[in-house]
Amino acid sequence: MADAQLVCKSLTRMGTSQGARPLLVDDLSFTVERGQVLAILGPSGSGKTTLLRMLNRLDEPTSGTVFLDGQDYRKIPAQELRRRVGMGMQRAYLFSGTVADNIQFGPRQHKRSLTEAQITQLLEQVGLPGYAMRDAKTLSGGEAQRVAIARALANEPEILLLDEPTSALDETSKRTVEDLLCSIVRARHLTCVWVTHDRAQAQRVADCALLLEDGKAVGHGPVERLLHA
Amino acid sequence: MLRYFFHTQLSLGLAQAVIVSITATLVAWLATKRGVRLQKEIPLALLRGLVQILLVGAVLALLLRGPWWTSLPLLAAMILTAASIVRRRARAIPETYTLALTCLAAGAGTVIALMTLLGIIAPEVKMLVPVGSMVIAQNMNIQSLFLNRFLGELRSHTGEIESALALGASPDAAVAPYLRAAFHASLIPAMDNLRSLGIVWIPGIMAGMVLSGSSPVYAALYQFIVLGMIFTAGGLSCLTATYLAPRRVFTHHQQLRIRG
Repeated sequence: MADAQLVCKSLTRMGTSQGARPLLVDDLSFTVERGQVLAILGPSGSGKTTLLRMLNRLDEPTSGTVFLDGQDYRKIPAQELRRRVGMGMQRAYLFSGTVADNIQFGPRQHKRSLTEAQITQLLEQVGLPGYAMRDAKTLSGGEAQRVAIARALANEPEILLLDEPTSALDETSKRTVEDLLCSIVRARHLTCVWVTHDRAQAQRVADCALLLEDGKAVGHGPVERLLHA
Repeated sequence: MLRYFFHTQLSLGLAQAVIVSITATLVAWLATKRGVRLQKEIPLALLRGLVQILLVGAVLALLLRGPWWTSLPLLAAMILTAASIVRRRARAIPETYTLALTCLAAGAGTVIALMTLLGIIAPEVKMLVPVGSMVIAQNMNIQSLFLNRFLGELRSHTGEIESALALGASPDAAVAPYLRAAFHASLIPAMDNLRSLGIVWIPGIMAGMVLSGSSPVYAALYQFIVLGMIFTAGGLSCLTATYLAPRRVFTHHQQLRIRG
């Protein structure tokens, strides 16, 4: 039986800045099953990032809402919601300090502390063993993005949102980070919403896809059916 | 040379002010040649400053004859005006005026009241108004620097702040490093003034006290006291801002309002 973990109902967000379209995201409803990877595809400015930012409430929907395991997310405190719904951004935006400081950041916000062994294990998972004491600001783009992934995973999220996590990387790092994310998501049975503008990447990583154009859904369904058509 | 042409104190003062204004306007014109647009701002600021200080001089002349409490409305008006000047430096922050006003009241207001109660500022118009205005003016500069820097930090570190929020950080925790940076940067001029006191500069109040017949040692001590008051007021107002400013830049749902 299908197990809907993330249900979006009539999500709408109006533009606030001058010159923006009136509706950045227009009445989107869709469901993501537990352990499923949903790719959100669309050209630049189609509302992909706005939609993703509404899923962990970094942006507020003008109308509509999201249900997380059946619970309206407006009833979940923002900090708790964001612990449960982790996010990886286009750029890594690491904080000052060591790699270990960055990984500890999330758990510390919730009065938890990771052991050295847990940090080592997370760094091994993202292919950066021995990086714990490295200065975060000295890492390459690919390394920084992998630390950002480990940092998001340290919160033990139930859902992972990824906003074009490979778009700012060079060609070599792109494939490495993509493969790494795929293996982690599958190994942890994470529910994942992956924003991309690359159809080939969506075919490689996702089970389902949602196609956006001007903030509206123009297609939704299994990747094979939707993208091979 | 001017004394040769101007025989009364008022006419001499006006002539001196005109010459200084011409010099500053000349510098503004030279700056314009280097692409810095000051040609309108500087003459207007000079004119405004001159008119304002003459008005204050006239008001002081009247107030000096009255009881000490007549200086309170003047000091309150100074704080209200200072808050509106601070607002211009950080308009993008919602409700900046009330934020600036609260911070200035918490800083300069508290320090002036406390120092008067302790007898460090004599409860007389001739002390309360000049010393109070110095504390308010410097507090205004410190507060402007704080909010301006904080706004800049928000805009240049939007990614880091939203990354912290996305990891479950509270708004206070997400902006803590940028509040610290703004706090530190805003107090640098006041700290440098304290460090260089007597070595690099001998401030006006000390010169004024010596000219009016006070002991140079007491004048020097009192200058240190005034700078200490300015530093305390600035610190208090910035400390208040570190609590109040985050509430203005996030929504109730902990979303960042100001983005780079």
